[in-house]
Amino acid sequence: MSILIDQTKRVLVQGITGREGIARTQLMVGYGTHVVAGVTPGKGGQAVEGIPVFDTVEEAWEQAGPIDISVLFIPAPLVRSAALEAIDAGVKLLVIVPDRVPIYDVLVIAKRAKETGARFVGPNTLGVLSPDKAVLGMIGGRAASARSWFFPGPVGISSRSGGITSSMAYYLAQEGIGATTLVHVGGDAVVGLPHPEVVKLFEHDPETKAVVMFGEIGTSQEEMVADLIEEGAFTKPLVAYIGGKAAKSGTRFSHAGAIVEGGRGTYEGKVERLREVGATVVEQFMDLPAATKEVLARIGA
Amino acid sequence: MARLHEFQGKALLRQFKIAVPQGGVAATPDEARTIAAEIGKPVMVKAQAWVTGRASMGGIKKAATPNEAAAAAEAMLGMKVKGFVVEQVLIEEQLDITREFYAGVIVDDRAQAPLVMFSSVGGTGIEEIAAAHPDQVASTHVDIIAGLQDYKARNLVRKTGIGGRLQRDLGGLLVQLYDVARTYEARAAEINPLVETADGKLYAADCRLTVDDYAVFRHKDLGIEIAREYDRPPTALEKIAYAVEAKDYRGTFYFIQMAEDFEQGDGYVGFHGAGGGGSMMSMDAVLRQGYKLATFVDTSGNPPASKVYRAARIVLATGPIDGYFGSGSGVASQEQFHSARGLVKAFLEAHLDIPVVVRLGGNAEDKAVEILERLNEHIPAPVEGYRKDDSPDFCAQRLAALIEAGELRDVAPPAPRPAPQQPYSFTTVTGGTVTFDHALCATCESKICVQECVAQILSLNDDGCPELNITLAEAQKGRCIECLACEVECMFQGAGGGHIDLPIPGLDEEVI
Repeated sequence: MSILIDQTKRVLVQGITGREGIARTQLMVGYGTHVVAGVTPGKGGQAVEGIPVFDTVEEAWEQAGPIDISVLFIPAPLVRSAALEAIDAGVKLLVIVPDRVPIYDVLVIAKRAKETGARFVGPNTLGVLSPDKAVLGMIGGRAASARSWFFPGPVGISSRSGGITSSMAYYLAQEGIGATTLVHVGGDAVVGLPHPEVVKLFEHDPETKAVVMFGEIGTSQEEMVADLIEEGAFTKPLVAYIGGKAAKSGTRFSHAGAIVEGGRGTYEGKVERLREVGATVVEQFMDLPAATKEVLARIGA
Repeated sequence: MARLHEFQGKALLRQFKIAVPQGGVAATPDEARTIAAEIGKPVMVKAQAWVTGRASMGGIKKAATPNEAAAAAEAMLGMKVKGFVVEQVLIEEQLDITREFYAGVIVDDRAQAPLVMFSSVGGTGIEEIAAAHPDQVASTHVDIIAGLQDYKARNLVRKTGIGGRLQRDLGGLLVQLYDVARTYEARAAEINPLVETADGKLYAADCRLTVDDYAVFRHKDLGIEIAREYDRPPTALEKIAYAVEAKDYRGTFYFIQMAEDFEQGDGYVGFHGAGGGGSMMSMDAVLRQGYKLATFVDTSGNPPASKVYRAARIVLATGPIDGYFGSGSGVASQEQFHSARGLVKAFLEAHLDIPVVVRLGGNAEDKAVEILERLNEHIPAPVEGYRKDDSPDFCAQRLAALIEAGELRDVAPPAPRPAPQQPYSFTTVTGGTVTFDHALCATCESKICVQECVAQILSLNDDGCPELNITLAEAQKGRCIECLACEVECMFQGAGGGHIDLPIPGLDEEVI
């Protein structure tokens, strides 16, 4: 099993005719994702990688059939409109790849998603990948690379950094540990599926035996995961690393979410809280594979 | 985030009908005197700086007369508070304050909604207020579509034990404050203290407003120079770097200058990462080796080689760094040879004489390392490239070892590029100029530029020289992706006829 994506899900690409849209559609199709349609306003009737392009999401749904997931490669100022279009057309999962989406636009999308029961990954996400099944977004960059870097196994991966999503899965794979699904939750302060939502999904996936998480300073995501563990809502072993130990308060280091404000979201606070509830928190990133191996051995997975 | 000064925030509050003390902003003692005289009563003189605790640092003073105001301004202007040089002071009427409150709006990531907070106690930070007087702080989430309703605001105030006319006035003010935050897309908007005066009026005595970086483009009226978080004003190099980023939407270039005025041997390393998480992790690896950072740079999200080149030149302009370190997540989705070519061009031009270690793990890493390490025969500095199976700590150790060894090769600097005899030129999307000297190209055997051009926009003409196979306009619109192969590969494998000039506005004038 896997979460969010597998080869059976019917996928739409919004912004399919742009530079990134074309390149990442090649990756997704090449890796096994069932891409059924693309949308770019004004470019209906064209095709990308043999996939028909429509002017609107509603039209794509009518012509190409029901759509489970939409992946957005849209300039940031236009994301709000494109996301609402997909939600209103009935799409229940969105993957919002672009960076720099205004935060109040994200709040509007989140509100509409809540009202309709839709969910979204990102913004500012590299995407989601279930090894040997399918990928959404751009994890791996090229299908051949994604195939050689990742393989299926018992660990769920959740990360606030895109590059680290790939590197965690790769370094675990080098130690013989495969993954159910890799999720890059996105680097922004407000994201649709933050760590706590992702670990809840992994909790209900029978094949996921443990979760490996890359946290960062800023936001409350890691603290909320600790709350879930304490409440008994997340019961699988968690191995975590928190980035940004050396960062100064008030200065952000490239991820909009990675900023300590008013004493909230500090490195020490997160590490302490996670350890308090029994999670394994490693000091060095490269210690993650060994720690994960140990945890898996302990539970006999 | 883009923080506004107190006086800028107060101007926005006034637009939304929130009362602020009468006053004006001054950049000289004379201006301060004039404003104080216009106000015609005792004033406050307040240093404009994005820091808390100004009063304890002499940044807030009372002045009974215009001359006292000028003297206070004189003392504050040019003063350094927490790394921030005060350039302006706010002169305001003194208020007859009877009571202080707190009002604030933030974006709550947990609830994915704005949060309005109110406290019947003001003055200190909201965290301290909440800890000391939990029963006098109330907050409520706001429906992003409907906005803050007046009754909700009044109920919020009611929860802190305030009723009657004051409750009504404070509720109305909270609605206005929320409207300011929503309109200007503030990550945080705080009035602290919000005060009641002896005549029963409410005034915003202070104001802290932080606009969402990503929304600054929609609020040009705010005149925000750099939409980036800093805990101090941006440096000259940060402004130059931001201009590079603002003019090129491809990929991300993030730059923070971490040090100024240092000497060779002080242990400062130019840090150039790729990807936010990997960069933070790699930065920690450099620090563990006992070095300090001159820069924090992130070029990621599939940036063109030209952007990485410009980033590297700005890093080198920071000062006499002892080494150059590049490392990101290690397993990058982007094709890494673009970054390698950008670095090569920058290091060749600088004739670099400090060690370089770059971890180029990810797609096309072998090609990227090969491109980078060719530098070794052309510049005095040792250059090492690493792949995804090499850890950040190992790479940082290699840099430390190279700096420690201090071995340089005896390589003559490149001869100045001669003026092209038969130039063929076109411009690129970021204002760069690609020039081929067809006199040299005619003698080239490899014609490597045509082969390596990533966008495949070059073909050989009848004389065997490279020319565009698209129009000049198409090249300029972005079909030339500035992969830099036609210069870098030509230099190593061709006749040296290809050259790309990539200007960085402000850099050449600012830093020699």
